[in-house]
Amino acid sequence: MIDLIDISRVYQIGAEKVYALNKASLHIDQGEFVSIIGPSGSGKSTLMNIIGCLDMADSGTYLLDDTPIEDYTENELAAIRNQKIGFVFQSFNLINKLTAEENVELPLIYQGVGKAERRQRVQEALERVDLAQRAKHLPNELSGGQQQRVAIARAIATRPSLILGDEPTGNLDSKTTGEIMKIFHELHQQGNTIVLITHDDDIARQASRVVHILDGKLSEVKI
Amino acid sequence: MKHFFKMFSQSFKMAIKSIAGNKFRAFLTMLGIIIGVMALVILVSLVNGATGTVTDTISSLATDLIEVTISDDKGNPITLDTLDEWMSEDGIGLLAPIGETSVTAKYDSTSTTAEVYGTTPAYETINELSLLLGRFIKSSDVDNHTNVCVINEATAEALVGYTDCLGEELSLDGMKFTIVGVLEDDDTSLTSVVSSSSYTIYISYTSLLRLSSTVSSEITSFTVSAAEDSDMATAETAITALLMERFEEDEDAFEVSTQDVMEDTMTSITSVLALLLGGIAAISLIVGGIGIMNIMLVTVTERTREIGIRKAIGAGRGVILQQFLLESVVLCMLGCAIGVFLSWAILQVVSIVVSSMSMTFEMNVPVVLIAVAFCFVIGIVFGLYPANKAAKMAPIDALHYGG
Repeated sequence: MIDLIDISRVYQIGAEKVYALNKASLHIDQGEFVSIIGPSGSGKSTLMNIIGCLDMADSGTYLLDDTPIEDYTENELAAIRNQKIGFVFQSFNLINKLTAEENVELPLIYQGVGKAERRQRVQEALERVDLAQRAKHLPNELSGGQQQRVAIARAIATRPSLILGDEPTGNLDSKTTGEIMKIFHELHQQGNTIVLITHDDDIARQASRVVHILDGKLSEVKI
Repeated sequence: MKHFFKMFSQSFKMAIKSIAGNKFRAFLTMLGIIIGVMALVILVSLVNGATGTVTDTISSLATDLIEVTISDDKGNPITLDTLDEWMSEDGIGLLAPIGETSVTAKYDSTSTTAEVYGTTPAYETINELSLLLGRFIKSSDVDNHTNVCVINEATAEALVGYTDCLGEELSLDGMKFTIVGVLEDDDTSLTSVVSSSSYTIYISYTSLLRLSSTVSSEITSFTVSAAEDSDMATAETAITALLMERFEEDEDAFEVSTQDVMEDTMTSITSVLALLLGGIAAISLIVGGIGIMNIMLVTVTERTREIGIRKAIGAGRGVILQQFLLESVVLCMLGCAIGVFLSWAILQVVSIVVSSMSMTFEMNVPVVLIAVAFCFVIGIVFGLYPANKAAKMAPIDALHYGG
C-alpha cells in the first residue's frame, strides 16, 4: 500500500544542509491504522507532505498503491492527491465562502464526477460524520468539531486509498477529540487505511501501530 | 470537454460568489472599466449622431454646383469673355463669376453693412435662387454697367422696412443702386448655413468693378453648373481640364470644389474625431484594466490559503488559473454591462435635451460590440498575470500561508 524506501529530504538553510528526513523507510499495509509521533522539528510535517504527495523526496523511492511517486508534474501530483488521498488538517482548511456540502463536493468536482452522483456521495459522506442536517451551513457557523467532521467528510467523499490526518485533533478540546477519534476508528473498521500524524501520545496509542520519528529517522514503537 | 464545462460552471459560480462577497470593492474595481466604456460609447455615439445630422444637412442643401477659386493666373487671367466661351464647352452648363465685397448700404437714414456679390445672370440659375419680386441681374445690366441691385428679404426689411421695395434706391458706399428684385430667403440654402452675414446684395459684375477697388476684371472665383444632359462629375472633369490647359498644367494654381468634397471633408474630420476620442476612451479602459489587475493580485494574495486547500484536494494549475481568470473576466464584463447601460441612459437624456436641435443620438451598436470585445480582452490580458501567479503557487507554501 505505502512503501517508503530510504527517503531523504534536504533543506538548504544558509550554507548548512538540514536533513528533514534521513533515509527513512516505512511500510504500511492496506487497512492499517498507523500513527506517526514525534516532537516538533522531527520531520513529521515533511513526512506527511511526502506521503500526501504535496512534496517530493530528494532521494529514495515512494510507492503508493505500487505506483512510484517520482518525477511527476504538479498537475499529475494534484490528480493523485485528488483520487488517492483524503486530507484532514489540524486547522480544518475548509473554504470559508463555501457551505459544508460545497466543501465536500469540491474534490468530486475536480474528479469530474457527475452531478447526481456527486450529490449522493456528498450526502453519504455528511451522514457518515453525522452532519447531514448542517449541510447548508458555512464553516464559520459551525463549531471546531463540526468543521473537522466536514473536513473528514470531504476526505472520505472521494473514497481515497489513504486518509491522512495531520494533527487532526490539535485544535480541539478533549471531548471533541474523542468524537473525532471515534470517527477515525469507525473508518478504520470499515477497512480504510489511516495515517495520523501527531505529537500527542494518547492519540498515537489509539492506533493499531505507532511509528516514532526523530531527527528524520523512523522507528517502530511497541504498544 | 464535459469535464471542462463542469469546471467552468463551478469556476463561474465561484467568481460570482467572490465578487458578490465584496460588492463595494468589486464596484470600485469596476469603476475604471465602467467609466472607460461610458467614455467610449457615449463619445463615439455623440460624434456619430452629430456627424449624421450635419452630413444630412449638407446633402439636403446640395445644389448642383462647382466652385472654382484661382490663386495664380500665370499671366493669363480669366475674364467674363472667357467664361462666355467656356459655356459652349462639352459637359459644362453655365458659368457665373463671383466678386465679393463688403459695403455700407444706406437707405434714407438707415444703414447697415452688407455683402455685395457681383455676378452675371447665370448665377441665378446655377445657385437656384428664387425671386420673391422683380427680376435678377440681366445681361444688359452687365453690358451697360447699370446700377441695379437685387437684395434679399432680410436686407429689404432691415434697410427699407418692407419687402415690396422695387424701384427704391439704395446707396452702397455712396453709389446709388436701384432695387430691381427681391430674393426669397431660403433657410435651407447652404449660404444661409455657412455664411454669417444675412444681408446679401447682388449687382452686376461690371458694376462691382466700379464699386470696389479690390475686385478687378480678372475673375478669381466663379461657379459652374453641369450641362443639362450631363452630370456633376463630367462637369468637374471638363472644367478641371480647361483650367489645367490654361494654367500650364499646374494643379496648384486653382481649386475646384464641389459639395461632395465638403461632405468628404466633413466625414474625414469626424472619423478622425471619432478615432481620437475612441483612442482616449481606449486608454481609460486600459487604465481600468490595470485597476482590475491590481485588485486581482490582492485577491490572489488574500486567498493564498484557499488556493493551497484547493490544490491539496486535487485542483491542478489549469483549474486555479481558470478560476481567477474567469473572475477577472466576469469583473470586466460586469463593468462593461453597467457602463453600456449607463451610456444608454445618458444618451437617452442627451437626446431629450437636444431634441429641439433635431439631432438624434442613438447608441452606436458597433461601438458597443467593440467595447464588449475590448473589455473581454482586457479581462483576459490583465487577469492572466494574477491568475498565473495563483496557479504557480506551491501547494505546501500556499497551505501554510499566514499560519
